Formats: sequence, C-alpha cells, structure tokens
Amino acid sequence: MPPSPPPSEAVYNRPNYLTADRGVWSWLVTLDHKRIGVMYLVLTTIGFALGGLFALIIRLELLTPGPTIIDAQTYNRMFTLHGVVMIFLFMIPAIPGIFGNFLLPLMLGAQDVAFPRINLLTVYLYLLGAGIALWGMIHGGADTGWTFYTPYSTTTTTKVAPILLGAFILGLGSILTGINFIVTIHTLRAPGLTWMRLPLFVWAIYATSVIQVLATPVLGMTLLLVAIESVFGFGIFDPGRGGDPVLFQHLFWFYSHPAVYIMILPAMAVVSEVVQAFARKNMFGYKAVAYSSLGIAFVGFFTWGHHLFTSGQSAFNAGIFGILSMFVGLFTAIKVFNWTATLYKGAIQFSAPFVYFCGFLFFLVFGGMTGIALATVSLDVHWQDTYFVVAHFHFIMVGGTIMAFLAAVHYWWPKMFGRMYSERWALVAAGLIILGFNATFIPQFLLGNMGMPRRYYSFPERFWPLNVASTAGASLLAFGFLIVLVYLVVSLAWGRVAGPNPWDSRGYEWDTPSPPNKENFPGTPVITHGPHEYQDTEDGGAGSEVTHAA
Amino acid sequence: MQPETQAVHLAHHFPSLRTQEQAARLGMWLFLATEVLLFGALFTAYSLYRYLFPHAFEGASALMHTSWGTANTLVLITSSLTVALGIHEVSRGRNRRATLYLLATLAFAVAFLVIKYFEYSHHIHEGQLPGRFYSFAELQVAGASMFFTLYFLMTGLHGLHVLIGMGVLAFLTVQVWRGRYGPGYYTPVELGGLYWHLVDLIWIFLFPLLYLI
Repeated sequence: MPPSPPPSEAVYNRPNYLTADRGVWSWLVTLDHKRIGVMYLVLTTIGFALGGLFALIIRLELLTPGPTIIDAQTYNRMFTLHGVVMIFLFMIPAIPGIFGNFLLPLMLGAQDVAFPRINLLTVYLYLLGAGIALWGMIHGGADTGWTFYTPYSTTTTTKVAPILLGAFILGLGSILTGINFIVTIHTLRAPGLTWMRLPLFVWAIYATSVIQVLATPVLGMTLLLVAIESVFGFGIFDPGRGGDPVLFQHLFWFYSHPAVYIMILPAMAVVSEVVQAFARKNMFGYKAVAYSSLGIAFVGFFTWGHHLFTSGQSAFNAGIFGILSMFVGLFTAIKVFNWTATLYKGAIQFSAPFVYFCGFLFFLVFGGMTGIALATVSLDVHWQDTYFVVAHFHFIMVGGTIMAFLAAVHYWWPKMFGRMYSERWALVAAGLIILGFNATFIPQFLLGNMGMPRRYYSFPERFWPLNVASTAGASLLAFGFLIVLVYLVVSLAWGRVAGPNPWDSRGYEWDTPSPPNKENFPGTPVITHGPHEYQDTEDGGAGSEVTHAA
Repeated sequence: MQPETQAVHLAHHFPSLRTQEQAARLGMWLFLATEVLLFGALFTAYSLYRYLFPHAFEGASALMHTSWGTANTLVLITSSLTVALGIHEVSRGRNRRATLYLLATLAFAVAFLVIKYFEYSHHIHEGQLPGRFYSFAELQVAGASMFFTLYFLMTGLHGLHVLIGMGVLAFLTVQVWRGRYGPGYYTPVELGGLYWHLVDLIWIFLFPLLYLI
C-alpha cells in the first residue's frame, strides 16, 4: 500500500497549544506537558550546540600532532566540558524531556502527566543546574574528564565543585521526570488502554524512567561526596587518609553505566515507533520488544564492573561482569531482529525519519558489537582508555541516540508544529550526517586499535592522517546539523501545512489535530485497538482485538 | 463538607480523586526509593571501610555515647507513632486532636535535634572529626578518622532530612488546623507521614551501625 499523500486542503489547527495563551509569562508558568516538551527542545538543542562546539574545538586541536589552537590545559577543560554538557544537558534529558513529555499523555489518552507542576519544576532545575555548571565552566572549568575520577578530581585546582553541583541538580530533575512518567503510565492510561496495547515508545520510556529513578540518587550522593572531599578534605576517597579511590569508581559507574541505557532506551523507544509507521506494519514480536526494554533496564544495573577491569578487580569479578554485560547485547539483539523483521514485506516509505532509522540500525549494531568485544576482559585490557573505547561509545551514543533523536524530530515535527520541513533538504542533511559520522569515528576505531590513548593533547606523527580524517568528518557532521537547524526553523513559518496525520501513521498520538489543542482531548478517549494496527485497516477491523504476532 | 473538599482538591487531568490519590501515593513511594538509594551510597561506603578497618571502627564506635543514641532512637520511634495517630485522627475528621499529635511530632523532632546538637558539640570539642580535622589523641589508628567522616556525613544527611521533614510537617499541621483536610481528602498528610517514617527508618539503621557494633 503506497503512502497516501497528505491532502492539499490540510488544515493548520488553530487555536492550538502554542497559540492558546500568549506572552512570555504564559510560557514561564505553563503546566502544559506539550509546552514543557517544546521548552526542553529549545534548551537541549542549545546544550547540544554547546557540546558540539567543544567537540569541534577538540577535533581542531587534534588536527596536528603538536599544539594547534589551544594549550594543553584548555584542551583538558574542553574534553571535560564536552562530556559533561553532552551527557547531562543533552543525552539524558533530550528524548524523555522533549518527546516523552510531549507524547506520553497523547499516547496514553491523558490530559497531562501525573504531576504537571513537578514537570515544570524539572525545567527550572535544568536551567539552574545548567546555569551553575556554566558558571563553573566560565570561571575556569574542570580538567578531570566527565568521569571526575578521584583522587585527581579532589586535588585539582580547577573549579570542579560548581560543575558537580550543577550535575547534582540536573540529576534531581532527571529523577523527578522519571517518577512523573512512571506514575503517569501507571495511573493515567485511558479506558481500554491495557499494558499490552501500550505503544512501544511508552514501554521503553517506562524502562528508562525506572533507571532514572533508581540509579541517579547514587550518582547524586557520589558527586556530593567528591564536592565535599574537594572543599573540606574529609578523606572519603583519599588514600592518604585511608580512603579508597576505587570506591568512587564503583559508585560512579553504578549510576553511569545504567545511564547509558537512560540515553539509548529512549532512542529505542523512538525507533520502535518510526519503524512501524514507515514500514506500515505492526511490530513483529511486540511483547519481545516491550519486555526486552525492561530486560535492559534490569541487567543494566549489574554491569558496572566492566568499567573497572583494569582497576584491580579480581579476575573472577571481571569475568562475571563481562558475561552480565553481554546480556545487554542479548536484549538489544532481540530488538534489532524484531525491528528488521518488521520491515519484511512492509510498504516502506523512504522519508527522512526512515533514513535515520537505517542509520540507527547500522550504528547500533556496529557500536554494539564493539561493545561485546570490549566486554571481553582480555580484549578490553588492550583497548582500555584508547580511542577504540571513544569510538565505541560515540557509535552507540551519537550514532544511536542522535540518529534516533533526529528521527524523532523529523517524525513528530509536523505533530508538534503543524508544518512540514523540506523533505529534499532533510534527505541531503541525513546523508551528510551519516557520512560525516562514519568519517569521524571509523578512523578513531583504527587509532584506538593502533594504541592511541584517549584524552591526550598530542600524538606521534604516525597517527596524523587518521586524525585529519576524523576532524574532516566532524566538520561534515557539524555542517549537516546546521542544515537541519536551518530548514526546521524555516519550516516553522513557511513550511507546508501538515494536517493532522501527514504520515498516515496509526500511532495513537496522530489521532489529534496538528498542532494539538491546549486540552489534549475533548473528552476521555476510549481505546479499542492496539497502536499501529495497519493490517486490520483494509477490512475496517480496526476495532477488533489483534494479536501482535506477524 | 466532604464532597466540596473533594472537588476542591481534584486536579483537572485526573478522572477521579481516587486515581489522583493513587498517583500521589505511588509518586511518594518512588521518591522514598530514591532516598533509600541516596543513603545507599553512604551505607556502601560504611561497609567497605568497616571491612578495611575493623579495629579502628570498633574503637571509634566505643567513643559514641550509646545513651544519647538510645534516647534519640526512642524519641524518633515515638514521633513515628504520633504522626501515625495524627493521620488516623484526620481521617476521622478530628482535626483538633490531629493538630495536637502533629505538634507532638514536631516537638519530638526538635528534641532529636537538640540531643544531636549536644552529641556533635561533644565530638567537636574532643576533636573526633572527619578526615584532616581529626585530632583525638587517644585513638590514633588508621581508619579512625574515616569512622567520623562517615558518622558526620550519615547523621548530617539524616539531620538534614529531619529538618526538611519538620518543614513539611509544620506546613501540614497548619493546614490540618485550618481544616483543609478531612475524611474526604487527607493524602498530603499521609504522604508527609510516609516521609517521616522513612526518616525514622534510616535512623533505625544508623543507630546500630554507628553506636552498637
């Protein structure tokens, strides 16, 4: 079945949630989850641009073996800020903050999230945390790397404490978002929306929220301990006073490893929706995809030790953590197989979101397989702290999360703002980004395997050509992002009116006008079918119960 | 007054007050879970350092005044009882008695902090302090200062929770006294009570770890 072109008489819904109330004040005190989603879109995009700027400075510095544009100390600050900004200001809050907020109530048939005021509070916590961290960055920054390893982080003279405090506050916001989403999913499902009818987006966001709630407090405490240690010298991680720096690593990774699933699970949430909408098929193995999200969330809590293979961990522990880490690969593979099986005999519409889906699949599998290799202790000892690790987690985080983020932006943009962007430019940009991404990080895999350590300011000449390639790729990547920003902003004013459902998607959220009304639904909707039931529409059987097997 | 109270408290996005109460309770339990994990990091540190320095921890633990710790334990457990009774009275619409019970809870909280203040001043006076501030001459073994690092961090964070809990309870006391809550709707009082029980519960773990073993 070819996708039906959107009707030319598509209507731009007015008044909508954007225009119902006017003025800056109405935005500052809004409790509307859709507006809060839009605010997160603006804020995290600024965070992403800032983190990207730091990344470009790093890549420019590494263009030549010796000093290029900045001195060594500034370089140390740059990679720290790149990591901190990208992780705490973009990766963790972006997809849940923007799309979780915007879509969750629409997908559940609810008028809002369970705690709208707490939801608004998280935006201000984000601003406060980002503000404090940025203040610290301007007044000297930190040179510890985003991991804040002790004892260096407690003895360095750079401004570590404000950045830690900023991250602590951002963490609090993240916890509150998680609690809000879990409670919303439990209590505000519309009549008829059983757990087995939940969109897969919701399942993965649920799993993400569980991790946010259970892991983030430990990070909060750990960062606080480092701050206390660096200001007062209580000795908790100081070997000179009987403290154990490796304890810090355990506590830190107890959060920070699950945190990578806070970053990738929302990406999987997006992809599960996109693949169904653009292949026009029900998910092959709905339950497997739903439960594997919970599986990742669960097993993700028992893998942190794989960051400590070279920190004096016993071989037995290392082996256990290695095997447990591979379980994540198992659950991820379940998802990958189900997504690809969904494509089989689908009516694929090759629009921008689908291109990003393909990019996502490639990067996730490639990055995931290198992750399995890294979980093998004997290999990890060789690759530890080299560019191989850097390339691996950028494949998953940038290749995975950013691809999904862009897929989400392109898929739900017409829903959020009621207008279409230029499809042609979207495809050009997607091509550039995927190409630029490969050009940036494939050389880094090779560099890491050749033994180039991460976070070093200079390198021997034999690493030069691949570093030039990586920097060239990074510029291409930045250029691609810039194009996306331009055509999306242009579309806000001049884009073609999208109409309620330009993709002909059968996700619940598309049953609203675009942009949606301030009040999501005129009454309480009653759900009579599962999401994305394309097969049954031919004979008008949308109301019937459907098993989710292919 | 019951139906009006309910209408006043129902937020627009909830289908019924019952769902709203359910949501609030679930949210609170999740929040309490995050609190447990927040303290969890410190308990982990405690177990590690106790394992590394068993003798220093035994020696330092012997310096604690068990009588003060016991008194504080009794005070907190009793305050948990009074807050529970307060909730019960609100649910029966006896707001005056509920107010008295909540005030009693606040009084116990103050008593706890006063005792804690005397303990802290004693430790400070003796130089039984964290990390580089430790200067207690009679126990100079590796790890003794770590005990006091953990003691001050754990009881300090707990004390902060007591203070926050007092703020919450004070607010609720005023609301109960004004008759904002009654048999139809008293979820906030219940949630405040839950939080207070958690503060109590954490102390019940801190007490044996720091004073008794």
